[in-house]
Amino acid sequence: MNAPLLEARSASQVFGGGLFDRRRIVAVQEATLLLPDDQPVIVAIAGESGSGKTTLARLLLGMLAPTGGSVRFRGTELRQLDRRTRVTFRRQVQAIFQDPFEVFNPFYRVDHTLTVPVAKFYPELSRAQRWQRIEEGLQAVGLRPEETLGRYPHELSGGQRQRIMVTRALLADPRVIVADEPVSMVDASLRATILETLFRIHRDRGISLVYITHDLTTAYQLSHTILIMYRGAVVEMGDVERVIKTPRHPYTQLLVRSIPLPDPKRRWGEVPDADRREDEGLPISAPTAAGESDTPADDVTQTEASPGADSGCVFASRCPHVMPRCREQRPSLVLTDPGRAAACYLYEEAAVLSQEQVAQLSHGGG
Amino acid sequence: MKPAVNGRTVLRVEGLRVHYHTARGPVRAVEGVDFELGAGERLGLVGESGSGKSTMAMAIMGLIRPPGRIEGGRIKLGDLELLTLSTEDMRRVRFARISLIPQGVMNSLNPVMRVGAQIADTIQAHQERPTREELAERVRSLLTLVELEAATARMYPHELSGGMKQRVGMAIAVALRPEVIIADEPTSALDVVVQKRVMDTLFRVQQELDAALILVGHDMGLMAQCVDRIGVMYAGRLVELGPVQRLFDEPLHPYTRMLVTSLPSLERKGVFRGIPGLPPSLLNPPAGCAFHPRCPEVMDRCVSETPRLESVVEAGSAREASASDRRAACHLHSGDRS
Repeated sequence: MNAPLLEARSASQVFGGGLFDRRRIVAVQEATLLLPDDQPVIVAIAGESGSGKTTLARLLLGMLAPTGGSVRFRGTELRQLDRRTRVTFRRQVQAIFQDPFEVFNPFYRVDHTLTVPVAKFYPELSRAQRWQRIEEGLQAVGLRPEETLGRYPHELSGGQRQRIMVTRALLADPRVIVADEPVSMVDASLRATILETLFRIHRDRGISLVYITHDLTTAYQLSHTILIMYRGAVVEMGDVERVIKTPRHPYTQLLVRSIPLPDPKRRWGEVPDADRREDEGLPISAPTAAGESDTPADDVTQTEASPGADSGCVFASRCPHVMPRCREQRPSLVLTDPGRAAACYLYEEAAVLSQEQVAQLSHGGG
Repeated sequence: MKPAVNGRTVLRVEGLRVHYHTARGPVRAVEGVDFELGAGERLGLVGESGSGKSTMAMAIMGLIRPPGRIEGGRIKLGDLELLTLSTEDMRRVRFARISLIPQGVMNSLNPVMRVGAQIADTIQAHQERPTREELAERVRSLLTLVELEAATARMYPHELSGGMKQRVGMAIAVALRPEVIIADEPTSALDVVVQKRVMDTLFRVQQELDAALILVGHDMGLMAQCVDRIGVMYAGRLVELGPVQRLFDEPLHPYTRMLVTSLPSLERKGVFRGIPGLPPSLLNPPAGCAFHPRCPEVMDRCVSETPRLESVVEAGSAREASASDRRAACHLHSGDRS
């Protein structure tokens, strides 16, 4: 087997001072995620604000160096890549960000966003050939070159700008695109179009996607596997169908229950697949005040800084099933059922996973 | 979900037009909108950015400022014609009879003023000299109403989480027990878990006050879970209005139908149905129906003739009386009247 294309191995990111510094923020806590080289996959990383999902994306992109664990590209740690492999990494791992308004320089025509990477990645091509690549790239995301090129960013809609960013990523001929909330600023009628664009480039060009989002419905729609993050920790992961339809971790259960589904027949607060409750190992708990509080203790800035974050379960203070041990030691990911793991003591009979198994589970392999 | 409209109409909007006058010409943000709101009803106004939904909320509140201008129409709150009121009279109506929970309430709180004082301010601006004890008691009970601890009164906005700030905004909005509450994207900045809790509180408060609610937003999921009726806005007009269940089951307007099918659900994977094309510019909207350039069912008359919002009698509907329940602005449903 080839070395994995891109992988995070127990990668952690701690911001701030020493061990006893109260401002110490554990943004990502030992996250493991693997994208295989031989099979394109779509992995979603989902969580609310402050969950660490964007920090994990930045680790994967090499924009941050992990303070613990490692992030590797084709088997080599990012910080140890030689010059040539670093260029390959920069080219094969592309990023799309949330705000299609801020990444453009308003003084340049949008062409600039596209001509620069093409010139960088294909110095051997003639001007006409480069232009042809750009036009093909635009068509691949459903944009008409004649309606897009030569315009300034403010003359295009958010959806068009976001698709230009997809084009830009495609021009590098990547193997992986890390998309951080690519549709959260886009209107509903265009959101599906952009997600479809991403899905098609995955299917037609064999590009793996890491889809970072707070929206479980689009994560479900797009991805094969999902990592649910809360306060820096991956609390549940695996096959998206299982995670969303029969969530195991109390936090995932709360999150899934809180989605306002676009179906008036559903009662908000009920678990979508209530009829499947029987095959659950655990009854799905009724919402409790403790589990859904939005007291100041829940405020993102304060929870991230909470000193207890590295001991005990990150969800213990809100969990309706909390037990004494939840506050003492952090639960490891256990295999609650085939294809899915949760980090929760409610499933103590389940087998603790090795890092290798977690890595396999993250992309649905093994 | 409780049945819509129990008879009495508390708010009626007729032919409302609001334009923003810019150097490049008038932006027709709201272009002829009619609807009514029943007592105790929850009405959703959905639309994408630039569809005019927030402008409409501001117009009802009498908060349109230049370069915006109300070009025509009527807004009736009970017997009161809001558009003919003086600035001072409108100020008295705001909060007392109709109030707004603004978009991003976090930015509308005064950062250097304690929460309790901000709530008290609203009460004092409308009431003749309440005593200090009365005022403190009112603030306390309002905080309790929105499920905040009384101690919150002594806190500053930066000490509150997003959900708590939204609750303070709610307490200010209902301080004078208005008949109509307009909530403009009240939870768009919140995480889903907190969103659900805040909306639950909003509904409880609305019921306790027996107020009617207009929920303005873009999230069809939130609308599906929250309102009795939905009005769908496109390019400054209402294109469809009807009971939430019927509208999701059998949308009448092609835009509504495509919007509903474009929504991600937990039923389908790997299926994406976006709406091709782009929303029109309100500076220079297309002639006829504004949706016609994107509409798969476009006909000749759609290009030239703007369809009006009309009642639609549903096929198979025995109850003639219920016909007025559903309205659409689409030539597919307008019959041959001309």
